[in-house]
Amino acid sequence: MVLSPARPPQEATAGDSVDAVITVSGLVKRYGTVEAVRGIDLSVARGEIFGFLGPNGAGKSTTISVLCTLLKPTAGTASVAGLDVNRDPDGIRARIGLVFQDPSLDVQLSARENLLFHAMAYGVPRSQRKQRIAQALTTVDLTDRADALVSTFSGGMKRRLEIARGILHHPEVLFLDEPTQGLDPQTRAKVWEHLREIRASTGLTVFMTTHYMEEAEWCDRIAIIDHGTIVALGTPDELKAQVGGDIVVLSTADNASAVEEIAGRLGVQALVDGESLRIEVADGSAFVPQLIMALSMPVRNVTVRRPSLDDVFLKLTGRAIREEEGEGRTAMMRAFAMRRGGR
Amino acid sequence: MTVDAPRAVGAVEAPAAVTRPSGVRVPLAQAVYIIWYRDIVRFRRDRVRLVMSLAQPVLYLVIFGVGLSSSIGRGGSLGAGLPASFSYLQFMYPGVLGMAVLFTAIFSAMSVVWDREFGFLREILVAPISRSAVALGKTLGGATQAALQGVVMLVFAPIIGVHLTVVSVLETIPLLFLLAFALTSLGVALSARLKTMQGFQVVMNFLMMPMFFLSGALFPLRNLPGWMTVLTRFDPVAYGIAPVRSAILAGSGLPQAAVDRVASVTIGNWVVPVAADIGVLVLFSAVMLAIAMRSFRHRD
Ligand SMILES: Nc1ncnc2c1ncn2[C@@H]1O[C@H](COP(=O)(O)OP(=O)(O)O)[C@@H](O)[C@H]1O
Ligand SMILES: [Mg+2]
Repeated sequence: MVLSPARPPQEATAGDSVDAVITVSGLVKRYGTVEAVRGIDLSVARGEIFGFLGPNGAGKSTTISVLCTLLKPTAGTASVAGLDVNRDPDGIRARIGLVFQDPSLDVQLSARENLLFHAMAYGVPRSQRKQRIAQALTTVDLTDRADALVSTFSGGMKRRLEIARGILHHPEVLFLDEPTQGLDPQTRAKVWEHLREIRASTGLTVFMTTHYMEEAEWCDRIAIIDHGTIVALGTPDELKAQVGGDIVVLSTADNASAVEEIAGRLGVQALVDGESLRIEVADGSAFVPQLIMALSMPVRNVTVRRPSLDDVFLKLTGRAIREEEGEGRTAMMRAFAMRRGGR
Repeated sequence: MTVDAPRAVGAVEAPAAVTRPSGVRVPLAQAVYIIWYRDIVRFRRDRVRLVMSLAQPVLYLVIFGVGLSSSIGRGGSLGAGLPASFSYLQFMYPGVLGMAVLFTAIFSAMSVVWDREFGFLREILVAPISRSAVALGKTLGGATQAALQGVVMLVFAPIIGVHLTVVSVLETIPLLFLLAFALTSLGVALSARLKTMQGFQVVMNFLMMPMFFLSGALFPLRNLPGWMTVLTRFDPVAYGIAPVRSAILAGSGLPQAAVDRVASVTIGNWVVPVAADIGVLVLFSAVMLAIAMRSFRHRD
């Protein structure tokens, strides 16, 4: 199974691309006194999978709601599929698919009935409804449960059904708000598999939010958002390149003094991240021997690795995006790695 | 006729740019139909609710009706000029039809709040269908269910000795639907604004029960204290029950003068005719529907 469809042409990633499907400029959204989005600019090219990455409360859902015309922008402009969110909300709604952060299925209807409602509401011609519904169900592997009530579905099945529903009317852009939140690692990997399959076969533009770092790695480009502003934007590799070289993670008997010794003797700044210290260096393997020599306290363990988006986020904001995620995350990385053919 | 959907999506779907006639705007009538249709599918499936919502009117009819029939006595005590054979049960029966409609209408309108809580409302609101169609579809869906409940109650007429004729039934059904529509539009207008289930329940207890008690469902709206007379005349349900009661009692052979006396709403000395009752309900529905449509169109 091919899981890495061709990336869109690189020039399309330029912010002012002619073929931009989504353009946002100076977007601000206030809820009363809460400023959820504080002036963001971005542009998404046709066929791109664009990731919006940030911690809870960063303003991701708010941005999606504005782009999907469910909320009005307080200031700034945004256009989707060439239409302005203020001037032609109906036109936009007809051209986009949306998977909300929270479930939005009618659980008292069957999967097929949910899709039928959607097909009718989006004006899919009667002659095509049956076939499109069958196809959408096949895409997300739900054909055998098509006539079961959605109330009997697991979280993962519901999510997949919502994705099927989102693409049923052949939208130009599919918005996904945390499509894999709360799913187990296997199911998350499966959802991603479906998404990439759909993109590969239809050239659909995907705008998705997530707070799972490793999911962002699967996007063509990502914007990191924190407190309502975009702090970084680029391909995952570009962002990781912002973190110089390698990451050395160590833990010692006395982390506090270790930070001082590292700064004093080696001239680099170590960041405290929970029980461990994290250092950015150009060449990790050459740095480790110096490090061991320089420290007066016992070193418990040392690891050298390539920078991840976590490191990017930590570098830009001074804190980790999500501390609570532990095992689930590594398990998922493993699931991804397996599907990627080992890495 | 169906071609089996192939496993590999990519094999069949042409490049997106070609298959994308996107931007279809669903016609208003079709949009209304979609919203209505979903409510009806759910209604048909929910047998328990159907039975439960019949239970309450039946209970009123049996316990309240039978109980009061024996203690109040017949004929004259309900109004001058009534035949001695006329029982309280016969008087109350059209009121119970109105009650079945009222409760079901409000309960159905509550589905807007349910849809909000369970998230489906967002699926509806983000679809490229007009918000007015959503309000109208929801109202028609609830009204259909409420009117059906009222119609089902007609089977109890022979059991309690109310004589129905083809004419009185044919008059009653559209009147029940009109009442159902008016009350559902009120419910939808309210629930379009309310964010929580509790909010809806509070409003309903302070609105639905008084509306029921003041409607003339259980007692004639004559010779009441002044303040109560005024309140009853502002109750839309009164204008729904009055014509239903007129139709049914006239059909059961009561003289027209007696029907007017026991069924019609009066304002001062004016006996409000059926046409005016209908006018009140139509006007009320129009106002409520306009409010509901406005609420659905609102975007933060
Ligand atoms: N309806 C609302 N009213 C007031 N504040 C809100 C509302 N929705 C979101 N917020 C606030 O706006 C900020 C951004 O929220 P949101 O866009 O949901 O973030 P995210 O999706 O990135 O987790 C948060 O501080 C949140 O509390
Ligand atoms: Mg969110």
